[in-house]
Amino acid sequence: MGSFRLGGMTLGSLFKRPETLRYPFEVKEPPQGLKGHIVNDVSRCIVCGICARVCPAGALAVDKKARTWAIDPFRCVQCASCVAACPKGCLTMAPEATGVAAERYDVVLEVPEQPKGAEAA
Amino acid sequence: MGKATIIPFGPQHPVLPEPLHLDLVVEDETVIDCIPQIGFVHRGLEKLVETRDYNQFIYIAERICGICAMGHSLGYAETVEELMGVEVPKRAEYLRVIWHELSRIHSHLLWLGLAADAFGFESMFMHCWRLRERILDIFEKTTGGRVILSVVKVGGVARDIDGAMMQGILATLDGIRSDYSALMKTLLTDTSIKNRTVGVGTIGYDEAVALSMVGPFARASAVNYDVRSFGRGAYGDLADFQPILDNQGDCYARVKVRCLEVLQSIDIIRELAAKMPAGDIAVAVKGSPAAGAQASNVLEQPRGECYYYARGNGTKHLDRMRMRTPTSQNLAGMATALKGCDLADVNMIILTIDPCISCTER
Repeated sequence: MGSFRLGGMTLGSLFKRPETLRYPFEVKEPPQGLKGHIVNDVSRCIVCGICARVCPAGALAVDKKARTWAIDPFRCVQCASCVAACPKGCLTMAPEATGVAAERYDVVLEVPEQPKGAEAA
Repeated sequence: MGKATIIPFGPQHPVLPEPLHLDLVVEDETVIDCIPQIGFVHRGLEKLVETRDYNQFIYIAERICGICAMGHSLGYAETVEELMGVEVPKRAEYLRVIWHELSRIHSHLLWLGLAADAFGFESMFMHCWRLRERILDIFEKTTGGRVILSVVKVGGVARDIDGAMMQGILATLDGIRSDYSALMKTLLTDTSIKNRTVGVGTIGYDEAVALSMVGPFARASAVNYDVRSFGRGAYGDLADFQPILDNQGDCYARVKVRCLEVLQSIDIIRELAAKMPAGDIAVAVKGSPAAGAQASNVLEQPRGECYYYARGNGTKHLDRMRMRTPTSQNLAGMATALKGCDLADVNMIILTIDPCISCTER
């Protein structure tokens, strides 16, 4: 009898919207707040290096002298520790995931000098 | 009486989601002994506690196993909080339990699907995983991750669930409940399923206690042991929590206990959502665990009781982190349940134990 009951459910789903998407023709819109990848607004970054210290995966490298902020997106585990620890709030999590790639690469951003007084703000 | 033969089972086997090797000693078609062997996915994760600080290790703890990710991060965080004497805000406790119960639903639905697939009920497998997908969507919206949630941190949780989002979760759970009830009825009344499960792999109460079995595997043998009934954290605010028990101790009883636990988890989430207090979701945790400080903790994972132990050494790195997972407790019970069974029933018995080898080996 159980199979007939489930058969009813299976038949009923013929008249409902499918729960699956026809990927890659249809791509699901990532919900707001999805942990996709880290974005750094370098105009506010003070190259303090706190993000690199809290990163559990060692994906971040901050060079104070050269004023560069670098991330290895393939090491990043999307835990958002750096976003929570950033004292300036310049790090954010964007919902789009990092795309696949044949070779690993680092994203290196040059951080411009902050105008005087901006750090205190 | 035939000659005893050893049949290797696993580590690669269609019925096993994870690598477990069994040497089945069979005479004719009857299993007379079973020698389990593990060690295929050992990653040395406990040792990593020496190279990551106590805040960073939480992301390693949740990677012990994909299905129990939420449980391990929660168990680890609670242990470190006990070690450092941190009191977590009430709202954070509620949110943790809600996510943990959602992860129990997702784990049991995944298991029901795998069990259905093992006895050849393909459409049941699809329906179970269809419902599980809705739980993963809830995770995605509330935590930003589908499997690895990274939402628990030492001192609280990283994200809040607002009123509108909570209503959305409850509406989704209502939808799941109606579909799930039909699935459960089929699972528990279908004759072909009963033929495969009733009276198979029976473990009695005395044996279950003697073998220290935990979780739904033990509760199906009438062992009244569920860590949630200790009333720690938000579980203490539940009006009435009674572990789901069955006294048959066979595969069917295990299916039944897990089936009913899904509905119980939905009720827990509904009750806690109604009682959720306002307030902070985390407290700042500063300093390091004292040298020689020790803490231990137990948590009811989807597969049973998981024990955590931590010892500090005065630095940000812990001296020792130890976990004893439910499957390592249940392996002896599994070997016992397999003795005397028919070779064709081995699949069902192994699956109804719901082994999680990644947790066991870490």
